[in-house]
Amino acid sequence: MTDETEIRELQQRALSLRRHIVSIASAQRSHLGGSMSSADLMAALFFRFLRFDSNGRMHDHFLLSKGHAVHVYHACMVELEQIAASELPLSGTSGSRLGGHPTLRAPGVEFATGSLGHALSVGVGIALAEALNQSDRRTVVLLGDGELQEGSVWEAAFCAPHFGLRNLIAIVDANEFQASGSTAEIMAVEPIAEKWLAFRWQVIEIDGHDMRAVADALDEAGRGSGPVAIVAHTVKGKGTPGVEGTGRAHYTRLTAEEAEETLAALSAAR
Amino acid sequence: MSSYMSAPPHLAAITELAHGNPDVVIVSQDFGAGPFSDAFPGRHFDVGISEQNLVGVAAGLAHAGKLPFVLSMAPFVSMRGFEQIRDDCAYNRNNVKIIALFTGLEAGPWGATHHAMEDIALLRTIPGMTIIVPADSNEVGWAVKAAAAMDGPVYIRLAGFAADMSPIEGSPPLRAGEAALLREGSQLTLIATGTAVRTALAVHDALARDGIDARLLNMHTIKPIDRAAVVRAARETGKLLTIEEHSIIGGLGSAVAEIVAEVGVGRVRRVGIPDRFCTEIGPYRELLALCGLDAASVEASARELIRAG
Repeated sequence: MTDETEIRELQQRALSLRRHIVSIASAQRSHLGGSMSSADLMAALFFRFLRFDSNGRMHDHFLLSKGHAVHVYHACMVELEQIAASELPLSGTSGSRLGGHPTLRAPGVEFATGSLGHALSVGVGIALAEALNQSDRRTVVLLGDGELQEGSVWEAAFCAPHFGLRNLIAIVDANEFQASGSTAEIMAVEPIAEKWLAFRWQVIEIDGHDMRAVADALDEAGRGSGPVAIVAHTVKGKGTPGVEGTGRAHYTRLTAEEAEETLAALSAAR
Repeated sequence: MSSYMSAPPHLAAITELAHGNPDVVIVSQDFGAGPFSDAFPGRHFDVGISEQNLVGVAAGLAHAGKLPFVLSMAPFVSMRGFEQIRDDCAYNRNNVKIIALFTGLEAGPWGATHHAMEDIALLRTIPGMTIIVPADSNEVGWAVKAAAAMDGPVYIRLAGFAADMSPIEGSPPLRAGEAALLREGSQLTLIATGTAVRTALAVHDALARDGIDARLLNMHTIKPIDRAAVVRAARETGKLLTIEEHSIIGGLGSAVAEIVAEVGVGRVRRVGIPDRFCTEIGPYRELLALCGLDAASVEASARELIRAG
């Protein structure tokens, strides 16, 4: 059980991550929605669950399978002081280390992703290797709900329980939207939890913006009874008034007024 | 199934490596790993029929420090697994070794779905990829060890399901990336890879009986290709005949033609599977002949090239 102070701190981290994302989304068109929807999950991962060694290198493994949510990943690295906040609005511009998907140029990125449906298989391989090594290192893979339409996700889902990978955690950021509309319209993905259950994963279903629920779910998943799928129901573009929960949130640029309004709303939530 | 397939040299070589290197693992798709699994049951992972997952899992194992060998069927791993080879192995710099079986027309009457005639063309486009095509069982063992010694993804294109992979007498020791000179010659150069090397040796001998002095190169490493050997052959013999059990498009013939065109010396003729699906039903050797890859057809192609100005 996480104490109230730590929950408050993680909530503050998530607000910081969202402010960083706004700094990008107000400077250029960007994949705002998936970064904002996963900000609470990422805060709990990077500032509580994932372990780092004394040199600041990650002890566990993290793969961003939904690579277009790169901005929240880079924002975590800003909070970890591996990237300067001033670099964020320049993402994608000439000479930047920060691209539109995670690349090995960016500090802190463990695996370059972008094409959807890749990283869960990679996570299975990493988890197999760590199990062979009898290490305690965990592997966490963050997927999108639209991404679940990729067949390769289910190839990987098939084999994680078969190999008894207790050290593997898949998190689905179920924000209900994909590039051209809602998942319900484009290609329905629900019921998500039942699908993972049918593939013999342990499933924890939560509100992905309830920090206590997120932290507790990760704690439970980390007890090594996995593989565990955390299905986190979220709002696309969470925290952006007028944009959140709409199809526009997927890929957009915030106007100066919208950015101001978003920052004010984030401050009010402190 | 030939005796080659019941005791394949790649498994012997991987098993030998694994005795000295605890990081060696095998990932397969519905494939047994015979002696390896017997010796190291905990180090063989069969992911079932899932090529994308197969390659992704191998990339993950390599990412975490293992040395994975992938056992797979060439047409499926090279096409369905292509993006995972590109992104997860090459782009992410993971040290994965892919053993691709059932290459070229070996699957014979199983049909064109099972003919691997595009794999070299596809994989040749991936930066950092190494492609090795052994010609006999000795080269298979060498290729496995050479691949293990390299840092980076390697695709080993392995025949043996139907093709003759018995040792070729008098083959020199190989070095990755260096064409092996099997016969010296001055009037034309036969450049062959994989199963076509044995055919090219027969063609060389037939030509020699008529006093035609052909050079013969075994181009076992197609990427990175031995550019210097190709340029030398073009300068010294003028005419180059490439022979491969692969589509005429994008494979060894294309790689050689690219070099020759850039250098501006010499003339190339490509022998390979013509630009069509091999839909005829029949055993492997008949399909090879239908595609112009039997020794008689290759010899005829060589003679045409010699006659051409």
